[in-house]
Amino acid sequence: MSDEVEMQYELAQSRSKTFYANFDRKDELQHQTHYCPGCGHGIIHKMVARAIDELGIQNRTILISPVGCSVFAYYYFDVGNVQAAHGRAPAVGTAVKRSRPGSIVVSYQGDGDLSAIGSAEILHAANRGENISVIFVNNAIYSMTGGQVAPTTLLGQWSTTTPGGRKAENEGYPLHVSELLGALEAPVYIERAGLGDNKQIAQAYRAVRKALENQVRGLGFSLVEILSPCPTIWKMSAVDAQHWVRDVMEKTFPLGVIRDRTKEAQPRKMPEAAVSTSEIPQLLGIEHEGPAESHAAPFVRPKTTNLQVRVAGFGGQGVLLLGEVLAEAGLDAGLEVSWLPSYGPEMRSGTSNCHVRLSDEAIDSPLVVRPDVLVAMNEPSLHKFYESVRPGGWVLYNGDAMPEGCDRSDLQVLARPFMQIANQLGDRRAGNMVMLGALLECTGALSQETIDKALGRMVKNAKWLELDKRALAQGRELLRESLKEVCHEG
Amino acid sequence: MSRQLIKGNEAIVKAAVLAGCRGFYGYPITPASEITEAAAAYLPRVGGTFLQAESEVAAINMLYGAASAGVRVMTASSGPGISLMQEGISYMAGAELPCVVADITRAGPGLGNITSEQSDYHQVVKGGGHGNYRTLVLAPHSVQEMADLTALAFELADRYRNPVVLMTDGFIGQMMEPVEFPQAAVGPRLPKWAVAGTEETRGNLISSIYLNSDELEAHVRQLEAKYEIARQRETRAEELYMEDADVVLVGYGIVARILKAVAAEARAEGLRVGVLRPITLFPFPTLHFKKAAKRAKVFIVVEMSNGQLLEDVRLALNGARPVEFLSRVGGNVPSHEEVLAFVQAQARCCAESEQVAHV
Repeated sequence: MSDEVEMQYELAQSRSKTFYANFDRKDELQHQTHYCPGCGHGIIHKMVARAIDELGIQNRTILISPVGCSVFAYYYFDVGNVQAAHGRAPAVGTAVKRSRPGSIVVSYQGDGDLSAIGSAEILHAANRGENISVIFVNNAIYSMTGGQVAPTTLLGQWSTTTPGGRKAENEGYPLHVSELLGALEAPVYIERAGLGDNKQIAQAYRAVRKALENQVRGLGFSLVEILSPCPTIWKMSAVDAQHWVRDVMEKTFPLGVIRDRTKEAQPRKMPEAAVSTSEIPQLLGIEHEGPAESHAAPFVRPKTTNLQVRVAGFGGQGVLLLGEVLAEAGLDAGLEVSWLPSYGPEMRSGTSNCHVRLSDEAIDSPLVVRPDVLVAMNEPSLHKFYESVRPGGWVLYNGDAMPEGCDRSDLQVLARPFMQIANQLGDRRAGNMVMLGALLECTGALSQETIDKALGRMVKNAKWLELDKRALAQGRELLRESLKEVCHEG
Repeated sequence: MSRQLIKGNEAIVKAAVLAGCRGFYGYPITPASEITEAAAAYLPRVGGTFLQAESEVAAINMLYGAASAGVRVMTASSGPGISLMQEGISYMAGAELPCVVADITRAGPGLGNITSEQSDYHQVVKGGGHGNYRTLVLAPHSVQEMADLTALAFELADRYRNPVVLMTDGFIGQMMEPVEFPQAAVGPRLPKWAVAGTEETRGNLISSIYLNSDELEAHVRQLEAKYEIARQRETRAEELYMEDADVVLVGYGIVARILKAVAAEARAEGLRVGVLRPITLFPFPTLHFKKAAKRAKVFIVVEMSNGQLLEDVRLALNGARPVEFLSRVGGNVPSHEEVLAFVQAQARCCAESEQVAHV
């Protein structure tokens, strides 16, 4: 006997310990498989089982069963078993492997499953170079569902949905998955093998074993495509079907190694050991201060606080940051706070606004419908929210004077070119802090210490922190001056 | 105890990691992308796995894989992405795999827009995938609840071996409020049914196939029994001013926040208005509604969808009391004023009918 014949004989006659002794998960006929006589799955199962035996990885192996005739692969393999949705085995396998890096993941799929509905999942698993082994059984048709055309069906081949044979004009050409994946950078090993004769079978086994061994060595993504007979759907005898693989299929799908970088590939690093749970709060930036330490600088509230602010302007004017500093400082002062940004399409088209609330009591709605203070950094924002300001409230407007039509007598107003003023201080981008200074002064809501503390936490750059502090002081000053003017005029 | 000012979407991730989540597989979509971004930052730091998948279809199937391997795992998406995940959610419910899915809703149908609606209610609460299954659904209405209910979601997912959806709107996802996180983190645990690539777990099988009709029927009945236990044990709702309420406002997510403000204002006007806020949308807090119906005269459902929550409220009340309905869609939020005016009109109606009764 030649080597090939011997291996074929051994594969056919021996029984791997990776198979269950009895197929208990089957309803009936528990001593035999559900596969048809002459089907390729039986021998391919034996190859996978034998490779698992030889590599000594039975306990580590997790088999992902697909949808299709091999959906019940878990009837037979005495390994960890996960059955996946149609086409999704590579996605499932990806996460199993990443969750349990020490496991050996074998994703077993047919051609309908892998090359049609699962084309995205296999492409991206391969492109990421997932360290899994894919066994791709190609019989050029959907068998489980009764013989419909697959992406791999040969031109002219009959199927129930190509009753006149597959035509390129209608169904396109047979999809060469292995060559397609071979065009990617990441895969380590891709080979197309067949079951057309003993020689092919022997080579197919070597490929399967190599695909698994690559994973054991941590080398990365391996795929073996195996051209496999389906006598039942092809309506052929088992012998004719095997010959058809060799004589016909192989012409469309030539056998051979498409990618082999196993020699140069470096084993992947195993992920670092998980951190201890006690470290996690700190890793998430969650600090738990002792009760004595909190509010080290006691804050005396001037009065009951229930402040509702709307800040609006162009993107880039620091609308959201102004609100955030206010909210952070409010939190430091022991208040309840909420900060709600507008996040609609305007986020991309240049305008921006946010709602900020500070209160002694729990905040019911974070939406500020009637603001006590409107900070309007541009004219459209002023017009948009002007009428909503609560009677007796404040409008802080970035402009030389209030535009026409904005003449409510029940509001207090400070219109100044805040951005220009900030520019004179050093950078117009500090204009939001000048406006925040004015806001703090007119509301008396928070002490300067709480603001400084919040700002110090949020602005890490020392130069900016210094500028922001000067900007805040300038804003307070502008408001105080404006009040003097009013008194003077009065 | 310190609180930290944090976005709702980020709070979910921190709470998830503290709850032992070590896998996140996602796909970006507004207004949920910050969750995926925060997961990309935090999961690797604690030795967990983060991966941006090629699609929501792949992402949910990665959850299937990670959950099969016994890892606490989650994803986040919004309307269109959740639609794509329904296949995987059905498989996970069928295979009894736990996971947490955050749905930060947007407006639809189709591409709709990225502003907030609550129109995912049916697909999330009633189950958008095929087959006889349910998902447990939690509806946070504050950033603190984003954290608290995320932790609860992981507990429930494991307890019931079922997907749990955290559903809220873009407002709650995008806003910042102070949050107090738990002091201690939960460590990963390996469930005994998982497939972990070890000798002990070699005999395990994760599958949703039951070829035999009797076996599948038994499986479906067993799932139903789980959901029935959840109905008895897990329903949650918040009641505000409900002791003497004639008019009961019903809403969840950002709407509930507006309802609380409106109720306070209505109370100041002397109207007996209360708020009943479902926290669990499945199981629905039916008993809370039955109890409220003993006293209340009318229920007002306010939602940013076209009568989806309304159906569950009507089912819960089963005709015991009239249910009025106020809806805004398209990304419009029911304004404080319009809700208040609606409530005032209903309250007057109640008062008038009371007078008639006295005559």
